[in-house]
Amino acid sequence: MATATAKTPTDRGGERSASGTAPARRLGPLRRMWRSSIGKKTVMAVSGLLMLGYLVVHMLGNLKIFFGADEFNGYAHWLRTIGEPFLHHEWFLWIARVVLVAAVVAHAVSAYQLSRRDLAARPVKYAHRKARTSYATRTMRWGGVIVGLFVVWHILDLTTGTVNPRGQAGHPYENVVAAFTTWYGNVIYVVAMLAVGLHVRHGFYSAAQTLGATRAGLRRGLSAASNVLAVVLTAGFLSVPIAVMTGAVH
Amino acid sequence: MRLTLRIWRQRGPEDRGAMATYELDGIAPEMSFLEMLDTLNEELADRGEEPVAFDHDCREGICGACGVVIDGQAHGPEPTTTCQLHMRHFSDGDTIDVEPWRAAAFPVVKDLVVDRSAFDRIIGAGGYVTAPTGSAPEAHSTPVPKDAADTAFEHAECIGCGACVAACPNGSAMLFTSAKVNHLNSLPQGAPERETRVLDMVDQMDTEGFGGCTLAGECATACPKDIPLPSIAAMNREYLRAVRKG
Ligand code: FES
Repeated sequence: MATATAKTPTDRGGERSASGTAPARRLGPLRRMWRSSIGKKTVMAVSGLLMLGYLVVHMLGNLKIFFGADEFNGYAHWLRTIGEPFLHHEWFLWIARVVLVAAVVAHAVSAYQLSRRDLAARPVKYAHRKARTSYATRTMRWGGVIVGLFVVWHILDLTTGTVNPRGQAGHPYENVVAAFTTWYGNVIYVVAMLAVGLHVRHGFYSAAQTLGATRAGLRRGLSAASNVLAVVLTAGFLSVPIAVMTGAVH
Repeated sequence: MRLTLRIWRQRGPEDRGAMATYELDGIAPEMSFLEMLDTLNEELADRGEEPVAFDHDCREGICGACGVVIDGQAHGPEPTTTCQLHMRHFSDGDTIDVEPWRAAAFPVVKDLVVDRSAFDRIIGAGGYVTAPTGSAPEAHSTPVPKDAADTAFEHAECIGCGACVAACPNGSAMLFTSAKVNHLNSLPQGAPERETRVLDMVDQMDTEGFGGCTLAGECATACPKDIPLPSIAAMNREYLRAVRKG
């Protein structure tokens, strides 16, 4: 059995695992999966779907802003009481946050490792470049980075209030309105939501393919669902800053 | 017709290589792309220059040996192999760029020839069935359902030319590997190794330094044998099933 690292084209024979030494078939199923490209894609798919589910709920919750400050602030308060009295105050919120952070980390780490692999697999570009794949497909990596950076900004803006012009705890409605009174707040938000839309458009369908959706009818439905999800999510999220900018919400 | 060819020339694996320009006249539309290269090579030989090295064997579109990137497209503008591509798809005065398959796992041997033995090692990892060799088995001893036979046949069409890898922005061999996995995993003869086959072949594919699938779809577009893109999802399914089964 060969033990050399798999770099030179001439010494790759024999049974070997993706990262060199131990043969992959001796590993446990989870470790073996994490080493493989399909396994990492599976992690991306599952974590991505989790975050997508959260985004749908988040977007729908945002729409409460159109029913006025009382209802929106009441909704924000209610989020802290979910699960009571079984759960302590804000516990549900913290559980959700932990799960989401885990999903973000899993998604980002797999994406980084897979991208490194992908780029290394095609070290020389063609001299003759032809028209490339769809915009959504080729912006997945940097679009994902943009969305990740936005999440940091968004938390500093509307969770901790650090960069929010108002940033008053317990007054989310007023903070949201304040956030969208600055030009940069609007620009950052709009760019990020367009990036989310593109990311979801390619990501949702890709996740389904990674998880093995093969039937033709199912694939057509999932492809259509990808587009609908992308458009509805982006439109729903953008409706809030647009409403503030036009004065419909103030 | 008269053509300007820009061809990748590289003396050996260690040479840096560069595009070289050649003017070529007297190309007939019914010539195949490889015959056009033959014509160029005869001229080069007459002038005492080194002919362009390229791979070919059957010239019938069935062996998968030929394959170059023509104007940025694996096997050129038609959905067929390079040997089955005819010069009628080009026009007089065209400039044509000819490059080798580009992938870390397919190192250039010389000019347009790449080493595709990584594919052989993927096949070696599980692209076979365990069966007694010698006398041919009774044809009806293992009934194969019609739809399984169809699926297997569709995937068995893969000739291993490597166009999928060449076309993929990630240099991924997922379409090739999925064709081989789905071909054997859909047949009763392939059932005993159903799980180890997909696990081992995917491991080998990763080991060889191919990239992953980002569903760009370029592979299926380039494939001269129409292996469909959903084959990759089917292999993912087989892979996850095999992991669950342990
Ligand atoms: S030479 Fe055999 S497929 Fe082209």
